[in-house]
Amino acid sequence: MEKQLKVSAIKDGTVLDHIPSDQLFKVIDILGLQKSSNQITFGFNLDSKLLGKKAIIKIADTYFEADDINRIALIAPQTKINIIHDFEVVEKRVLSVPSTIKGIVKCMNPMCITNHQAVETLFSTILDSPDIKLHCHFCEKITDRDNLKIISNS
Amino acid sequence: MPKHLISIHDFTCDDILKTLEMAKGFENNPYQPFLKGKIVASIFFEPSTRTRLSFETAANRLGARIIGFSDVDSTSISKGESLKDTIKMVSNYSDLIIMRHPLEGSARYASEVSSVPVINAGDGANQHPTQTLLDLYSILKTQGKLDGLRINMVGDLKYGRTVHSLMQAMSFFNPSFVFTSPEELKMPKEYKDYLIAKGIPFTETKNLNEGLNDADIIYMTRVQKERFTDPIEYERVKNIYSLNLSMISNCKPNMKILHPLPRINEISQDVDNSSHAYYFEQAENGVYTRMAIISKLLEIDNLTK
Ligand SMILES: [Zn+2]
Repeated sequence: MEKQLKVSAIKDGTVLDHIPSDQLFKVIDILGLQKSSNQITFGFNLDSKLLGKKAIIKIADTYFEADDINRIALIAPQTKINIIHDFEVVEKRVLSVPSTIKGIVKCMNPMCITNHQAVETLFSTILDSPDIKLHCHFCEKITDRDNLKIISNS
Repeated sequence: MPKHLISIHDFTCDDILKTLEMAKGFENNPYQPFLKGKIVASIFFEPSTRTRLSFETAANRLGARIIGFSDVDSTSISKGESLKDTIKMVSNYSDLIIMRHPLEGSARYASEVSSVPVINAGDGANQHPTQTLLDLYSILKTQGKLDGLRINMVGDLKYGRTVHSLMQAMSFFNPSFVFTSPEELKMPKEYKDYLIAKGIPFTETKNLNEGLNDADIIYMTRVQKERFTDPIEYERVKNIYSLNLSMISNCKPNMKILHPLPRINEISQDVDNSSHAYYFEQAENGVYTRMAIISKLLEIDNLTK
């Protein structure tokens, strides 16, 4: 109960819980939250039995399309999504990794066309459990999680 | 048959066999001007005289007219025109585009903005599918079959795109492989995993003398100086991976040596006159193979065999 109080509740909207703390800013970037005009509260470095340190994001009056929210599965697959109506959790969602990723991620191959000209990146995802690898549609090279760089949404 | 040839993966086993069969038809009768009145664009964003001449000979033999450029110095591209704009313009002028470009993935991108078929004549270190098809044609022609052959790939197996593509294309035909390379240029794990998943046998060795006597094909590649951080190591490796006539004295009578050319000293001059040397004919086969690829992509099928 005490943990719940650390970040103030929202009446309606979306709560993203169990985000690894070190991925919080990437999640914000991928969802483009810096451009949102709604009320958003963040919790950072909260204690978590599961993750050690976790982060939480509460976004008032905002609901995401599955395709949009699933993009964070790339960097924070264990994130839990709670849909809030009138202070109650009305729906819990788990993330599923999309089969293709358009934009968002940079190809790690410095000689890839996408790193030199105005070409939007496109990857197919390869589940190499527990990891996710991205296969570039253009240069055919693999970008793995350790080399995953997010193209800033801001 | 796909609209473009960007990567060897774009062709199915059946596409490959039909293209090779058509190449044979062109070799038997090279003067079949099916492309009279057509314009082929040959656009080379980096120079590659050998590849360009082979393609342009192929297009000429088919009776097409050729437009294009052989490097970017004198064009608007050097002033910063985007690849997209160049391709949009050139695809309005021509019936088919042959493109070489230093950036990886550039050919795939070009095929997505072009209104006419695109053939990838090399996109950086990524793909060079017409080289793979001409290698297959050379193997088929010299062995009379593609099935069940033993292939020894020698040299730079880490960065050499031609060996990766050929290995994958040959995987349709129950081969077995020997990979001969120095430690720093070994076949990458992802390709070995690919063979394991397909149940294709292979062995690895550092010793060039090991996999010669039972090979049907020895596929030599260039060991490039720029791949080495240590120049002394390069000198050592360069001299070890040099094939000479005495080394192949006990090989199979049908064995042929292939090399994508240009060679430095991977094959000693004394091999050139042996019945096993095939690298010069291999280059000539490139013209017939490219005639077949161009014709296939332009959906021309009724040739004299
Ligand atoms: Zn790429």
